[in-house]
Amino acid sequence: MSTALQEPQTETVNYLNAEYGWKSWLFTTDHKRIAVLYLISISVMFALGGVFAGLIRTELLTPEGDLFNSDTYNKVFTMHGVVMIFFFLIPSIPATFGNFLVPMMIGAKDLAFPRINLLSWYIYIAGALFALAAIVMGGVDTGWTFYTPFSTTYSNTFVITAAVGVFIAGFSSILTGLNFIVTVHKMRAPGMTWGRLPLFVWANYATALIQVLGTPVVAITLALVGLERAFHIGIFDPAIGGDPILFQHMFWFYSHPAVYIMILPGMGVISELVTCFSRKGVFGYSFIAGSSLGIAIIGFLVWGHHMFVTGMSMYAGLYFSLLTMFVAVPSAIKVFNWTATMFRGSISYETPMLYAFGFIGLFTIGGLTGLFLGTLGMDVHLTDTYFVVAHFHYVMVGGMVLAYMGALHFWWPKITGRLYPDGWGKFSALLVFVGFNLTFFPQFILGYMGQPRRYHAYAPEFQVLNVMSTAGASVLGVGFLIPLIYLLWSLRYGKPAGNNPWGAKGLEWTTQSPPTTFNFDETPIVTEEAYAYAKHEETHVG
Amino acid sequence: MADHAVTTDHPPQLRHHFDDMHQQFDSATFGMWVFLLTEIMFFGGMFGAYTVYRSMYPDAFAATSNFMNPAFGAANTAVLIVSSLTMALAVRAAHLGQQKVLQIMLVLTMIFGTAFLVIKGFEYHEHWEQMKVPLIAGHWSWDGPLAPPQYAHQAQILFCFYFFMTGFHAIHMVVGLGIMTTILLMARKGSFGPTYYTPVEVSGLYWHFVDIVWIFLFPLLYLIGHTKNLI
Amino acid sequence: MSMQLPLWPEAASDIAVDIDHLYIYLSLVSVVMSILIFGVIFIFAIKYRRRGDEVPEPIHGSLRLEITWSIIPFLVMLTFFWWGAKIYFQNAVPPPNSMDVYSVGKQWMWKVQYPGGQREINELHVPIGRPVKITLASEDVIHSFFIPALRIKHDVVPGHYDIMWFNATKPGRYHLFCAEYCGTEHSGMVGWVTIMEPADYENWLAGNGSSGTMAQQGERLFEQLGCSSCHTQDRQGRGPSLRGVYGSRMQLSSGQTVVADDAFIRESILNPNAKVVTGYKPNVMPSFQGQISEEGILQLVVYIKSLGTTNAPGAPTAALQLPGATGRTTAALLAHPDGGKQ
Repeated sequence: MSTALQEPQTETVNYLNAEYGWKSWLFTTDHKRIAVLYLISISVMFALGGVFAGLIRTELLTPEGDLFNSDTYNKVFTMHGVVMIFFFLIPSIPATFGNFLVPMMIGAKDLAFPRINLLSWYIYIAGALFALAAIVMGGVDTGWTFYTPFSTTYSNTFVITAAVGVFIAGFSSILTGLNFIVTVHKMRAPGMTWGRLPLFVWANYATALIQVLGTPVVAITLALVGLERAFHIGIFDPAIGGDPILFQHMFWFYSHPAVYIMILPGMGVISELVTCFSRKGVFGYSFIAGSSLGIAIIGFLVWGHHMFVTGMSMYAGLYFSLLTMFVAVPSAIKVFNWTATMFRGSISYETPMLYAFGFIGLFTIGGLTGLFLGTLGMDVHLTDTYFVVAHFHYVMVGGMVLAYMGALHFWWPKITGRLYPDGWGKFSALLVFVGFNLTFFPQFILGYMGQPRRYHAYAPEFQVLNVMSTAGASVLGVGFLIPLIYLLWSLRYGKPAGNNPWGAKGLEWTTQSPPTTFNFDETPIVTEEAYAYAKHEETHVG
Repeated sequence: MADHAVTTDHPPQLRHHFDDMHQQFDSATFGMWVFLLTEIMFFGGMFGAYTVYRSMYPDAFAATSNFMNPAFGAANTAVLIVSSLTMALAVRAAHLGQQKVLQIMLVLTMIFGTAFLVIKGFEYHEHWEQMKVPLIAGHWSWDGPLAPPQYAHQAQILFCFYFFMTGFHAIHMVVGLGIMTTILLMARKGSFGPTYYTPVEVSGLYWHFVDIVWIFLFPLLYLIGHTKNLI
Repeated sequence: MSMQLPLWPEAASDIAVDIDHLYIYLSLVSVVMSILIFGVIFIFAIKYRRRGDEVPEPIHGSLRLEITWSIIPFLVMLTFFWWGAKIYFQNAVPPPNSMDVYSVGKQWMWKVQYPGGQREINELHVPIGRPVKITLASEDVIHSFFIPALRIKHDVVPGHYDIMWFNATKPGRYHLFCAEYCGTEHSGMVGWVTIMEPADYENWLAGNGSSGTMAQQGERLFEQLGCSSCHTQDRQGRGPSLRGVYGSRMQLSSGQTVVADDAFIRESILNPNAKVVTGYKPNVMPSFQGQISEEGILQLVVYIKSLGTTNAPGAPTAALQLPGATGRTTAALLAHPDGGKQ
């Protein structure tokens, strides 16, 4: 990773150069090295998912299905979903920045179970290999949701291979969550009370609860799908007494909370960014922390809002719709508190903060449009259209991926010890924001017009909006490629970052960059609450 | 930290990232509890699906219960409960530093665990003979006075759940035996004592959990709806 | 490239207008909220931009504000919930005078049949000004019957009957889509809904001659499959006579009672032993699983229904012939609007 410096500064021993050689990486139990392993792996998966996204948008440039045949298109959107959701979004922030930062933020030397942490990465890789094998052998065409009885009986593709991949990857997620829960409970430094935990840690803690409680259910569901597909007993086959809707209940029992696995850590990142770049303590700490837990808990009770048109009981529909409104409240609380944190702050606009601005705006739109879908009568028209596609991309890309990019730019100096060119960072953040909106805003309109999702060919009157969307996707793609280039460039040529380039609070900024293997020379003793920017005079850079 | 390590008592079992043995013990035990939470949801998914089908087809499921052998089930329940006792005694022995008792109790636990799997094997063999294995072509039939033909399909689903649930449980038992072997090897080396018995404690938690799952499986699969006389 | 840029779908039903109003309301609230958030962030970002090395005083929070911005949005969301639920409930139960249409989804086409016996593929013709109830069945996987211009959609789950209805108001030709991904040619599982003036509709029906009504087609099937040899008209056969059965409450040998609706008839054909009526033995009637298509079953259902309505004045059906004529109480309909579930 790190190469010898040409800078005048003498190189210090840190986690990157403490040991050399591939063995020192593949057998490491250092949470920071494992985080880097994860960072590389999920970046590869993100690139792969991005290629699939590009293929989808290219096909949809014209109404006719002229680039691929329909089978290929179905495989492409399925693999886009499977790769992005199970192999990028779910592990994205927890497994990389969470892994790197949770121990540092609470003043611990490592996660509670370092070997299990390494095991989780190997499990992730094993799952990813199955998913890649499914792609290489010929793909899967069920959609990432694996709906029965299509997936169990009618699909002629490599469903079991892909399901095994997702099943395995689930255990990597469970182990990460387990490690975080125990670490946060048992490994906090003296003085690091629950009320002083950085909000990023709270967010990852809430995420970990979902990972531990939700993931096993989807594992067992996919096991049932595999079993049914292999032996055809009839569990999901209505012709011999099975119930295909049961699959949807079991699947969404996990997969709706999984949406919060994908967004909560992002919210944690935004709390860190907004406070740092407003140089101000957070507004409503306990409400932001509590809302993470609230989302995690209520998130388990709303799965049925994915199924309003399946013929579920109307009273069940009422219940799920009402609880969906409930779960929106904690998200709204977060947005308001971030905004209030900026009030009378000292706001600067470095690259990570631009991503935070983007997140708050796009997540607001994503959240509000989610309410459209939680509203019973409205959902009947909107479900399974591009409105849904636009909504979850606003939350998942506008929310989580922007938070991921913000986190990458915020902690890159800590992880690598190098600074990247901020001008390029701002430029690409702007490209991502513009490209994203151009890609996905037209899809809201397309959805209300009635274009169904997962369509290989579509009605000609939808073309103009689709062309806009494809144009936006090209901009978005460039916006993601530029950071890849300058971040890699900065590994060799970037200026040394110093311990705390942003003047940020938090224990991770009190260590050197990159940190030493055990993070802290002495176990820190915490005497102040999180984000106590006003307490001490700091020396600020720039 | 290195300075402190020299001055303070640093037991050999203390891993570098923990402050003291107490923290290490707490973390391991708490970690196992969290893991068991995951396991509860894992089996919970199966129990949930089972419950849905049971309530959809109560009569069919009652009929299939007649093909379970409660004698085997009851024997296995007894075997597992005793093994839980020996496991608890093993933990106690480790805590008290009684090396000999610890090893005996671990061996007993493994014997009972193996006995469970052997009995389960006999039971699976009986299903095989009775052609009640819907997963495998040629080993499924549904006829006779106890098999009302209208339940043919639903019975297949129930037997599928039966093998699925008891199968996953049996896999957990095999994993448990593997853990016990490791613990026994460690115990023979005298690794455990009053200051360090975390692995025994944590394995015990796992073992008890696997027992409890069976305590739920036994009535659900064998007893509810069973109409045939036990003898 | 087609240069049209339509931004709003046509509205061709009463529901569509209601949904549009709700959509406008939701959009307005969303736009106001977004402008509020964007605007405040923008103002703060400019007004409180970093000027030097100042370290602002922290503001720890305000319980009053937290409560305000939890309660007010929640109340606004409750209006969404209430309005959406109202539309959903209003449109759950087809009115009693609905016209029946039957559609079977199969990879990758929609087959439509009318009580008069007319049949189409990927086309649906309906008149304006009259509620139309579509009974949906699937031959294979889950499909979803979606007509954007009417703002309605319903999943078609195999093994069940699903019901949707609408009251079209504007003649025209509108898209019919399959909205639930169903395999290779999912995007080809599309068609057209033609909404016509009643007079045109009558002409269309008359001009699309068929080999008998659906009930007659069902009767022919009834003979072909040999049903009539046991289900005789005079109650002397091995099976019950089916006169007046439709919509009546059946006493089952298991002690439960069940209303003989579409779903019950379908189940009795495919899995006759599942619910056996008192006085009859199980295992007498063979299963017709695999021997008859979903369309055929629908024809049989319509045939059996025709027996009930024409020949059973004294049967206890009348009391149960409730909205939608599916023979279920309103409470049952509310609990299971699709009518096809267990």
